[in-house]
Amino acid sequence: MKNAKGMVFKYGDNVDTDVIIPARYLNSSDPAELATHCMEDIDRNFIKNVKTGDIIVAEKNFGCGSSREHAPIAIKAAGVSCVIAETFARIFYRNAINIGLPIIECPEASRGIEAGDEVEVNFDTGIITNVTKGTTFKGQAFPEFMQKIIASEGLINYINNK
Amino acid sequence: MTLWKGMVKNMGMTMTQKILAAAAGLEKVEAGQLIEANLDLVLGNDITSPVAIKEMEKFTVRGVFDKDKIALVPDHFVPNKDIKSAEHCKCVREFARKNEITNYFEVGEMGIEHALLPEKGLTVAGDVIIGADSHTCTYGALGAFSTGVGSTDMAAGMATGKAWFKVPAAIRFNLTGKPAKYVSGKDVILHIIGMIGVDGALYKSMEFVGDGIANLSMDDRFTIANMAIEAGGKNGIFPVDALAEQYMKEHSNRPYKIYEADEDAVYDEEYTIDLSTLRPTVSFPHLPENTHTIDEIKDMDEIQIDQVVIGSCTNGRLDDLRTAAEILKDKHVAKGMRCIVIPATQAIYMQAMEEGLLKIFLQAGAIVSTPTCGPCLGGYMGILAEGERCVSTTNRNFVGRMGHISSEIYLASPAVAAASAITGVISGPEEVM
Repeated sequence: MKNAKGMVFKYGDNVDTDVIIPARYLNSSDPAELATHCMEDIDRNFIKNVKTGDIIVAEKNFGCGSSREHAPIAIKAAGVSCVIAETFARIFYRNAINIGLPIIECPEASRGIEAGDEVEVNFDTGIITNVTKGTTFKGQAFPEFMQKIIASEGLINYINNK
Repeated sequence: MTLWKGMVKNMGMTMTQKILAAAAGLEKVEAGQLIEANLDLVLGNDITSPVAIKEMEKFTVRGVFDKDKIALVPDHFVPNKDIKSAEHCKCVREFARKNEITNYFEVGEMGIEHALLPEKGLTVAGDVIIGADSHTCTYGALGAFSTGVGSTDMAAGMATGKAWFKVPAAIRFNLTGKPAKYVSGKDVILHIIGMIGVDGALYKSMEFVGDGIANLSMDDRFTIANMAIEAGGKNGIFPVDALAEQYMKEHSNRPYKIYEADEDAVYDEEYTIDLSTLRPTVSFPHLPENTHTIDEIKDMDEIQIDQVVIGSCTNGRLDDLRTAAEILKDKHVAKGMRCIVIPATQAIYMQAMEEGLLKIFLQAGAIVSTPTCGPCLGGYMGILAEGERCVSTTNRNFVGRMGHISSEIYLASPAVAAASAITGVISGPEEVM
């Protein structure tokens, strides 16, 4: 898997799927349209400033709330290359893997990275590098089973290949 | 056999682990193990199913695994709120027709999915159920393993009849005693979420046990299991007692299987909650864990409210409407208050009509809507303007959940919601009865 590298948008605990993509926009399932409202209710400037490859870093329980796959879809379609958090809500975790949005749990990285830092993530080793501060962290590697899903670029291809 | 496997053999399983082991064709499972389980039901709604249906097209093997084991319930934005939602519903309807899905529920027969499916007998004890809706955990009230997933998992489930799971560890909640009048399942689960936090049960099962369960109605248990997700839980589950069996016999022809946790099952944490000590409980903005009892609220400055919603997959059942009607009978909602009552299914609506509950609501100045998730997720039918406050029997009070990002949601039981509708400020039922 290719490394992710980009500038960090930083958020706190319990970023819920309602702020990631408000339900008032769920009458659409088009990724590009969903992306235009990504993070709107927590950070109106996110979509104005995000560039392809940028990284979201958050604290505990990222993606809590509803099961809407529109949440990781919107984040991915906005150009985000990776989400790093102390912990993820479980449905968001599954959904991100299933649609091919790379995510990594790493409490130390969550604490050691600030908004605007440049960060690089090596998915093969799980090493997260804060390029701006010159620090590194070891993220939790995916279990082999999930690596296979990611390598197949999503659950459906994984099942098709079996 | 390795030593590690030998150790697994000697360790008991939780109720959830036993159901998952059986569905995976394994004698034993343990927390953390990855398994592939056979599914008894795959569920989707009008928001999540269109994304799943699009994913289905990528499968090399076309079609669904079993047309009787899929339930499609348009309930979030129906009756269609706008053209885009209408297109989504049309997509689901056409998919259901093409694949001859037995359990597709059109407007007129639909209800809010998590109230509808148990009522239709589609969920029974021992089942393994996934649904592309986070509140799928509701069916744990009947002793099933049920959990929310996303649209891609739903698509994979519809195509293959299987899903992968990481076997969860568990927290045991020992419920004792009998709740006081006007203390309901909602107060029990809000109390628990306040105690352990919105990620207190992250990735875990919430297993409810104890003699206090006998004092909880099925509707109370559905409410409690429904909000397991609000503590981060993978599922919430109740033992199957005589009341649960009676419910399943009344509603379903399907055979059910009762699983019990082993006596030596391992739990990460255990809590004992004496239900007789609980008080009506309210979650303040903007997280379900921000709970206060009604007594604490009495000591605060009055909290003026603009709207009350009584309904949703959490609290739109008959018990909920009966309680609200008991409080609203011969009273009137406060001047300027909008009180929206939403029976969760057609059958509940009909029964409420026959019992005269709808008349009580209308005479009190409330409105009664056709079943819909509508306002709960800020879809329609009760959106909040800037700075407005709502007491709601729904399940989430996140920023912007029901409308403007500066609006506020206070989560409460039907009793507190009805009392607050009358006074115009957050109030306990004792203040109006």
